[in-house]
Amino acid sequence: MSTQKVTLRVYRGDAESGELQDYTVEVSEGMVVLDAVHQIQATQAPDLACRWNCKAGKCGSCSAEINGKPRLMCMTRMVDAIKTAEGGPILVKPMKTFPHIKDLVTDVSQNYRNNKKITPFRPAPKGPDGEWKIFQYEIDRAQEFRKCIECYLCQNVCHVLRDHHEFSFAGPRYMVRAAGLEMHPADQGDRIDQLKEELGIGYCNITKCCTEVCPEGIHITDNAIIPLKERVVDEHYDPITALFRKVFGKKAPPNPAP
Amino acid sequence: MSLPYETHEYDVLVIGAGGAGLRAAVEAAESGVKTGLVCKSLLGKAHTVMAEGGMAAALANVDTRDNWKVHFRDTMRGGKFLNNWRMAQIHAQEAPDRVRELENWGAVFDRTPDGKILQRNFGGHKYPRLAHVGDRTGLEMIRTLQDRTVEKKINVHMECTIYRLLKTDHAITGAVGYWRESGRPIVFRAKAVVLATGGIGRCFRVTSNSWEYTGDGHALAYLAGADLIDMEFMQFHPTGMVWPPSVRGILVTEGVRGEGGVLKNNKGERFMFKSIPDLYKADTADNEAEADRWLAGDKTARRVPELLTRDHVARCIVREVKEGRGSPHGGVFLDIASRRSADYIKKKLPSMYHQFKELGGIDITKEPMEVGPTAHYIMGGVRVDAETQMATIPGLFAAGEVAGGLHGANRLGGNSLSDLLVFGRRAGLGASSYAKGMKDIPQTDDGQVERIVKEMYEPFDRPSAENAFTVTSDLQTTMEANVGIARVQNELEKALQDIASLKERAKKVSVVGDCRYNPGWHQVLDLNNLLICAEALTMAALSRKESRGGHMRIDFPDSVGEEGKWNNVLRQGGEGQMVLEKQPLPEMPTELHALAHDEKAPQ
Ligand SMILES: Cc1cc2nc3c(=O)[nH]c(=O)nc-3n(C[C@H](O)[C@H](O)[C@H](O)COP(=O)(O)OP(=O)(O)OC[C@H]3O[C@@H](n4cnc5c(N)ncnc54)[C@H](O)[C@@H]3O)c2cc1C
Ligand code: SF4
Ligand code: SF4
Ligand code: FES
Repeated sequence: MSTQKVTLRVYRGDAESGELQDYTVEVSEGMVVLDAVHQIQATQAPDLACRWNCKAGKCGSCSAEINGKPRLMCMTRMVDAIKTAEGGPILVKPMKTFPHIKDLVTDVSQNYRNNKKITPFRPAPKGPDGEWKIFQYEIDRAQEFRKCIECYLCQNVCHVLRDHHEFSFAGPRYMVRAAGLEMHPADQGDRIDQLKEELGIGYCNITKCCTEVCPEGIHITDNAIIPLKERVVDEHYDPITALFRKVFGKKAPPNPAP
Repeated sequence: MSLPYETHEYDVLVIGAGGAGLRAAVEAAESGVKTGLVCKSLLGKAHTVMAEGGMAAALANVDTRDNWKVHFRDTMRGGKFLNNWRMAQIHAQEAPDRVRELENWGAVFDRTPDGKILQRNFGGHKYPRLAHVGDRTGLEMIRTLQDRTVEKKINVHMECTIYRLLKTDHAITGAVGYWRESGRPIVFRAKAVVLATGGIGRCFRVTSNSWEYTGDGHALAYLAGADLIDMEFMQFHPTGMVWPPSVRGILVTEGVRGEGGVLKNNKGERFMFKSIPDLYKADTADNEAEADRWLAGDKTARRVPELLTRDHVARCIVREVKEGRGSPHGGVFLDIASRRSADYIKKKLPSMYHQFKELGGIDITKEPMEVGPTAHYIMGGVRVDAETQMATIPGLFAAGEVAGGLHGANRLGGNSLSDLLVFGRRAGLGASSYAKGMKDIPQTDDGQVERIVKEMYEPFDRPSAENAFTVTSDLQTTMEANVGIARVQNELEKALQDIASLKERAKKVSVVGDCRYNPGWHQVLDLNNLLICAEALTMAALSRKESRGGHMRIDFPDSVGEEGKWNNVLRQGGEGQMVLEKQPLPEMPTELHALAHDEKAPQ
């Protein structure tokens, strides 16, 4: 395939000031937006800051807003970006929700702080042979949540964080993490009060914007947030469930080994 | 400390937050010493996150005939008997406990029908041995260890690059680096330092490795005076993507073959049947009917030839392409579509499905993939003590890909993730007990710190001459052309000359912009590490006049005896030049020798 020249309009600047700058890149077959950014680094602007690691959609480092859509740069093909640019330059901007550092790099440390609020895995005792007997069907759901690559695109689009700057809400990523623990068959931690208080699950009003952008296809709202919301409601407003939980603990331990 | 730099003090400083670094830090912290962790990228993004296929451990959940002895045997055979036998033994014995421990910490592995950790087949492993989570095992490992690190309240310095180690004449005292974000220097004083910085794949153009793989740890250790071993052994993974050009090199997990995928040439032949090495004849099916029975679970059948060791599979692919039987874009075909149902493929290999669909526009449940070799893993690295992981400098430890010894001349797939846990833990313990033997945090030498810091910023003062990205790219071109899968004397010599002139050019590379989050500057500093690793690799390759595992010499196609006889040891000489020394392999005890050579499999 012959190469084609296109314009990439990239946000350059730091926390104080910045502007969009145009660069011409040569597009070859199969190229992704991250390749174009690298081409600019190598040939025109070596100080252009961006994060990346795997270039295969596995590490969640290269999140940005491409033509206004939150995406992984390494998984967005140039041919598609050219299409969504509708004849104009391809617009590449940093994620808006997080404090800006430089060019395409933002300060995502809030996410790491949120993460620390969640009670870690609390393992149930093991069976007599020192193993848990856990069946695949019991972990399908938890495994869905554990696919998260921490790209923070969901955090970036959630209007509670993006527009209302309501950081009492930990955000969809941390609902997913909490759900992964809560639905782990061998976990005995209890995160229900925490979800309501410290993690602010009540702020979510189920707009599903997070689910739409998740590159891992995790059903954030339907499979993580809504079931957690139900647990919070049961716990806090249904006295029988609350009592049951107090007496018997969170859930039955996993099947002891035979 | 009188210098005006941000300074931190730890008993144990761990450099690197991949599987090895995290496991080391957790162990050190749990043993009660003050532990700090530094990493170049954000926490949870290290290379380990990309690992796909699984981690090898003789749990015997799927095939009860498995045990540590068979794992040991397979590892030694795969490494062409060049491995450090003691490391191979410890690894095989301890891996099952490390996997179970990861499960205790919250990892969610795929399950067998009777509710145990599921294990899959992989190249060179006699029995299904790899505990896995679909094709994203590395993500599971890193997330679990990351959570554990948070739980243990370990201090993590993210996006912080270590530039040099600090030492006295006889021991390590700390490290100097810079914050990527601000560009400011940071000094660590520590009783012990654990290197867990991963590999050197960015020496090559076609590689499965990320920007982080510039061999920093190898270079840090070398510059501090430590020994490197086995640097000629680079693993070229047989199956990287070959098309489109921008994704060339991205890994296609061996799990595809483990799940039944087969390799074919453009004539539709399963060419892996054509040449089965003598060492593996007893274990490998020589006809399709038997191979299919094996895949269907017949325990009397021998294994499919697609799962021979990586060095061999990569060479067979090169041969097919060279002799005109390759695929349109210079690889061969990897076909799982005709072997497994679409649902099965999507369940067991979801990220492969996704990767080909998104990046190559190919549906792997319907069509074959095009694959070819890609630079993947460095078997060589910092020479360490098998029990404690201490390097040849007191106070310096190394674990994971940056350490050498375990894998010998060729690593088996899945043996890295288990390596990270087994030897990450041991390095954490080793460093912690070393630190406990010292009363105070050692003093660092102000003059040394000052010199290093000055050197770090020196590129900003250079007149604009060379671009670091161009020099790096030229290095990759020469390594790809001259130090790739098939090596020969005059090409290796050519590479050494090229590296010498690239070193001169590297001294002139300059920086545009200031020191805040400036990838151009980072590249200037990383380039020096790449050059050290490239030189070590090439020198060792030139010196080894035989073919063995990942090191293939066209001019010396045979191995000198079945067993490895010597290790190539590299270190910095008195004048700053690189010196190479051949050292005989440590002798293996007779009972282990018998195990390693057992034709069948030890019971
Ligand atoms: C695509 C792919 C798939 C793979 N699949 C498998 C598999 O299925 N099974 C298997 O066993 N192996 C697999 N491997 C190999 C295995 O993943 C790696 O060898 C292993 O993860 C390396 O781990 P590590 O802890 O040594 O280093 P890494 O995980 O690479 O971590 C290195 C750490 O060091 C830090 N670092 C580096 N330099 C510096 C510096 N100068 N200053 C500060 N920090 C620094 C980095 O930031 C990072 O945190 C795969 C490799 C690849 C590339
Ligand atoms: S569904 Fe909830 S978490 Fe997701 S974007 Fe909407 S408000 Fe945010
Ligand atoms: S849940 Fe999805 S969108 Fe959110 S951080 Fe994880 S992978 Fe990214
Ligand atoms: S670089 Fe890893 S997700 Fe894009």
